Amino acid sequence: MTAFTRRTLVKGAAAAGVLTGSGLTDWARAWAQASPFKPEAGATLNLLRWRRFVEAEDAQFNKMVAAFTQATGCKVNVSSESFDDVQPKASVAANTGTGPDLIWSLYSVPHLFPQKCLEVTDVADYLGKKYGGWVPLAEAYGKSGGKWISIPVAVNGGYINYRISQVKAAGFNEIPQDTKGFLELCKALKAKGTPSGFPLGRATGDGNAFAHWLLWSHGAAQVDENEKITINSPETRAALRYAKELWDTFIPGTAAWNDSNNNRAFLSGEISLTANGISIYAAAKASQDAKQREIAADMDHAFWPIGPIGKPAEIQLAFPMFGMTYSRYPNACKAFMAFILEAENFNPWLEAAQGYLTHLLNAYDNNPVWTADPKAKVFRESAKRSFPAGYKGPINEKAATAIADFIVVDLFANHCTGKEDVEGAIRVAERQLRRIYR
Amino acid sequence: MTDAAIARTTARPPAGEPSAWDQLKVNRNWLGFWFMVPAMAFLVLFLVYPLGKGLWMSFTDARIGREGRFVGLENFEWLLDDRDFIHALVFTLVFTFVASAVKFAIGLYLALLLNNNLPFKAFIRSVVLIPFIVPTVLSAVAFWWIFDTQFSVITWGLVKLGFIDRSSPINWMGDPFLTQCVVIFANIWRGIPFIAITLLAGLQTVSPSLYEAATLDGATKWQNFRYVTYPLLTPIIAVVMTFSVLFTFTDFQLIWAMTRGGPVNATHLMATLSYQRGILGGNLGEGAAIAISMVPFLLAAIMFSWFGLQRRKWQQGESND
Repeated sequence: MTAFTRRTLVKGAAAAGVLTGSGLTDWARAWAQASPFKPEAGATLNLLRWRRFVEAEDAQFNKMVAAFTQATGCKVNVSSESFDDVQPKASVAANTGTGPDLIWSLYSVPHLFPQKCLEVTDVADYLGKKYGGWVPLAEAYGKSGGKWISIPVAVNGGYINYRISQVKAAGFNEIPQDTKGFLELCKALKAKGTPSGFPLGRATGDGNAFAHWLLWSHGAAQVDENEKITINSPETRAALRYAKELWDTFIPGTAAWNDSNNNRAFLSGEISLTANGISIYAAAKASQDAKQREIAADMDHAFWPIGPIGKPAEIQLAFPMFGMTYSRYPNACKAFMAFILEAENFNPWLEAAQGYLTHLLNAYDNNPVWTADPKAKVFRESAKRSFPAGYKGPINEKAATAIADFIVVDLFANHCTGKEDVEGAIRVAERQLRRIYR
Repeated sequence: MTDAAIARTTARPPAGEPSAWDQLKVNRNWLGFWFMVPAMAFLVLFLVYPLGKGLWMSFTDARIGREGRFVGLENFEWLLDDRDFIHALVFTLVFTFVASAVKFAIGLYLALLLNNNLPFKAFIRSVVLIPFIVPTVLSAVAFWWIFDTQFSVITWGLVKLGFIDRSSPINWMGDPFLTQCVVIFANIWRGIPFIAITLLAGLQTVSPSLYEAATLDGATKWQNFRYVTYPLLTPIIAVVMTFSVLFTFTDFQLIWAMTRGGPVNATHLMATLSYQRGILGGNLGEGAAIAISMVPFLLAAIMFSWFGLQRRKWQQGESND
């Protein structure tokens, strides 16, 4: 735990004062002086992160990295991998005991190997106290056995992305807020020749978001609070039947979609509605192509519809950052994690991400990115509305395995594609869950 | 110095019993053994140890980041009743059989063509190799683009020609059966050059005088192939097909880059399923069990080729059985 002294607070205030006058680098130097986390002498960090979907976010991140190096002398080598390639690399690193010092990963990946993750309770406490506390989702993803094993830097909110004109042409003024109305909308869109499309392939972010919403919004879950498997339930059957009806309104091919397919299909005008982060909008808005900018002007975002459960039931893509126990520079790892979440860094970064990243520290609710463009507004709520992976059970190695193995995605894909009937799809998922939760 | 000490220092081994060092210097067998040691150490380190480790892990419940407990045959028992595993096993066999057979047929035909006197022969032979030298991921991306359900160039062409409607594209990558056909096609495309060029090398060793003699005896082109080319090419066919079967059976990159085993696990090969369960799912023991399950099939392929070659006594200067 970090002890705050009067001296520390005075130094922190001085650092904030320096920032207003001399920019990020000077502030970073002052921060390094005042920070309770001091990198080891001569430390160099290797950081593995997911590859950006919003270019400006990446640029801002790199600025922070440069400022951290200038302030602390600790060089940070950043390597990026696609969403799907971060976890295997992290797993191999954890297993072999060599690789990146810091990994910025997805969902519950650190819970696959909690014993290999650096304890960062002091960093989480420091940030939580300073920035209005963590939202409950952060604790769910960050903690294992009462200790913080990762710092949930942000979530990527995934919500309904739609073309305003095409939804209106289908006879709807807005996206229905209930699953029944939503199905009617998708049917109408298909009848108009402007179908929707949701991925049921190996789409780590968008496929899981869609499938978990289908399951949870109907009141079903893979396990209960005591990790008893509950997938074989009337609620799951209802979810599967609903999914099949919805699937029949989709554009062909979504069983093979990964995380980039729906972006491409939307921006090419092939679909009028999907679920995604704000990256479709951000890319269209920033495009040099007038047609893309027209799409940006004609699109908006909406929450996932509420199902029979009667409350939001979403999974949002969490981005936890964790240090590895084999790292020779644990203090540098902690310093970097604390540094990027300081307001002077995090606020400009949130703005650069244009709504693609949503904070998990309450103080960042007031960032202008959530009010500057009304089309980004829904994404502000994503961290607060999201259930954690493995809901209703705890996040642990088993829940992490289930989501990594696409159990819920396959449950719906098996039924929607006609590979399995309702009972068959449930039987397959139940069997796999029994294996995982044994 | 005592007599005994003098006797010790001057004692020589009997002439008939040279020391180990002397043996090493003069005995060709011992020298051969020592020369082999580095290669053996290399094989043990990089082949025997990983295989042994994999075998051991398949009997444990090992997970990422921690050693497992011995669970006996539990992983294998689980897999015997696992639909995705059975499907992956069957598809791996179908994939290997279809792709290898087609690759052989086209590769042999291509080799025979390239063995003729063609204009720009060297250039054409180099061009044939292109699919083989393009990085697998690059060709996977190209095939993905060619067969993408929404943006396929084939769909685009058929729409432009008026054969299909834009709203009803061919679901290449979303339909399990069509996707299986696509990945087999991609594997064939990549594998043909290896077979064609290797068989071409074999064809070039056949003496033209044999064809001249057969032709003088009135042999047709087919008879030339059947009774001259084919028998002389058989040893190299056996070697090439062994490697082709092994490469195809263990293919990973192409499938992973194109489909990641989807849609609905339809294109999982045993190698990709092993990776999915072991590395992504974190269940190393089960992943290892899937990988170990590949070994009997691979051994069978090697044995088939080995004994097939052994039976050909003419290779040792005798006639065939």
